[in-house]
Amino acid sequence: MKLTTALGAFAVTGMLFAGSAQAADFTGAGASFPAPVYQAWGMKYKEKTGNALNYQSIGSGGGQNQIINRTVDFGASDATVPAEKLAANKLLQFPTVIGSVVATVNVEGIATNQLKLTGPVLADIYLGKITKWDDKAIADLNPGVKLPSQAIVPVYRSDASGTTAIFTSYLSAVSPEWKSKVGSATSVQWPAGAGAKGNEGVTGNVKNTKGGVGYVEFIYAAANNLVVTQLQNRAGKFVVPETKAFEAAAAAADWDNAKDFAASMIDAPAETAWPIVSPTYVLLPKDPKNVETSRVTMQFFSWAYGKEGREMAEKLHYIPLPEAVVKRVEEAFKKEILTPEGKPVL
Amino acid sequence: MEATMDGLGSAPVEPISKAKGTGRIADPIFVALLWGSGIFVLILLGLIIAELFQGGLPALQHFGLEFIWTASWNPVTENYGALVMIYGTLFSAVIAVVVALPLSFGIAFFLTEIAPQRLKQPIGVAVQLLAAVPSIIYGMWGFFVIVPLMAAYVQPPLIDTLGQLPLLGLLFQGPPLGSGMLTAGLILAVMILPFITAMFVETLESVPPMLKESAYGVGATTYEVYKNVSVPYGRTAMVGAIMLGLGRALGETMAVTFVIGNATRLSASLFAPGATIASAIANEFPEAQLGSLKLTSLLQLGFILFVISFIVLALSRALVRSRMD
Repeated sequence: MKLTTALGAFAVTGMLFAGSAQAADFTGAGASFPAPVYQAWGMKYKEKTGNALNYQSIGSGGGQNQIINRTVDFGASDATVPAEKLAANKLLQFPTVIGSVVATVNVEGIATNQLKLTGPVLADIYLGKITKWDDKAIADLNPGVKLPSQAIVPVYRSDASGTTAIFTSYLSAVSPEWKSKVGSATSVQWPAGAGAKGNEGVTGNVKNTKGGVGYVEFIYAAANNLVVTQLQNRAGKFVVPETKAFEAAAAAADWDNAKDFAASMIDAPAETAWPIVSPTYVLLPKDPKNVETSRVTMQFFSWAYGKEGREMAEKLHYIPLPEAVVKRVEEAFKKEILTPEGKPVL
Repeated sequence: MEATMDGLGSAPVEPISKAKGTGRIADPIFVALLWGSGIFVLILLGLIIAELFQGGLPALQHFGLEFIWTASWNPVTENYGALVMIYGTLFSAVIAVVVALPLSFGIAFFLTEIAPQRLKQPIGVAVQLLAAVPSIIYGMWGFFVIVPLMAAYVQPPLIDTLGQLPLLGLLFQGPPLGSGMLTAGLILAVMILPFITAMFVETLESVPPMLKESAYGVGATTYEVYKNVSVPYGRTAMVGAIMLGLGRALGETMAVTFVIGNATRLSASLFAPGATIASAIANEFPEAQLGSLKLTSLLQLGFILFVISFIVLALSRALVRSRMD
């Protein structure tokens, strides 16, 4: 019984793969965070040019592994790859869109964008040092808001993910104690709370648990109408998570001095910037085995950087790259991706 | 019957020598295929073990045997140890067996001795259907139904009452997260229930009616027959069934990942979030990079799970054999 079901499922997936493989002209794999926009771009691009993108959202680490093994045309990663590793594997790293992470809470009587938190308070919550919602540290930030004397249940991503990397980088940036005790990575040794799988798992856990607090990507919070909080940025201002706050952070990043486009937007200094913002990256071989698909891949991203692609990204709540950065990425395409004969692919 | 006789009568009889001729070619091929099938399993198993061991060897070389009893899983400092996961795997599986065992006994005995004929089938089918539910469904059910129920109605009163006791209280402490060891154990119990029950039913049905009737004949009650005839008769097979359930609980992945809380911290509490070997691998594998210490540590974890399962299976076989003698 079980065996036949398994075989049946296998046959179906096999058919699906075969179907998509036939139409797929170029393939990518990696980060799940930009997957919705890559897929939307891919559909539109196929309509326009007939070149189909087959993107598998398998996680940033998987994307890096696949492109290092050259099993796909491009890899996608939320976290930046160290310069030495890029050089050793002959990879070009460039950003595609910018995303942000927000805190979501489930506290009785608290509406969305109402609760004010700071980075250090958030770090102390996840360190297990602040355990009640009416703790003085939270109450002082929210005069006039009635907070229940309820246990705080911190919820984190149990699966290793780029979202966790961005969130823990932020906590490390604002809390020295977090930096020394926990640090930042795609998964860390959490001192308190419980883990749930994926954005939907964190959301479900927070929604189900009175007193829960979690972190999710903004696109996810927006699509699901989650109760999100304000955060204090480096300039000391409380900001609401919204597009213009993310754009402010993107604009404040120091792109000019960023090697491999690894510009940090975490805890950006601008007055109106949301503090947890980060680009997501694509990795492209500088010595493509298949010149044709490499060219299509670059043409695809060049198109995506254009007006049509930007509008689609914005509709999905991503922040498009600043124009100046796009120009530099396109220069890198022409200069750094070479055929075996040493000529530019584009 | 008549038709076949007629058919036989009218068909020309094949010469024996010809029939033997086909057998001479077919037999060795058939035998070779059978050998191949048998050896294939051995080779496959051997390769899997070798691959896991070889993949996990760098982690073992780096951390030494300490890997097994280090209670840390820190991807930032790259300090990995298996203790939390080994503990979580065994703890959740034992909870599952403790919960499922009495229920399985009850269902199996009810089905074989007490249930009226028209109830037997629906209950039997329902138990079998439980086994057919994919584990991801159990995970979702656990996550959306059981976890909130535990957090709201089960854990808070237990923490306030039993949690205050000395010593025993250690099992019932911590915030009411809903997810955790106990929740994972309960989901696992439901998942292994049909397997244990099915084998119990089979065992109880194989008890010779003469034995039971003799016991009833000398005035034994239903309970006495159960305790003194049915259970002793099928004891060996029952131990095997329990071990089989335990083995299944050890390796269960998806459902556990949903409800165990996924924390790499060691805690004695039933309510504390934890991790099993399988859930840790499921969580961390997609982001483990080629050649990284994390990947080899995960493979080493897989090898340890293999060894644990192997020990459980070996124990069950040894137990069954000793009872048979």
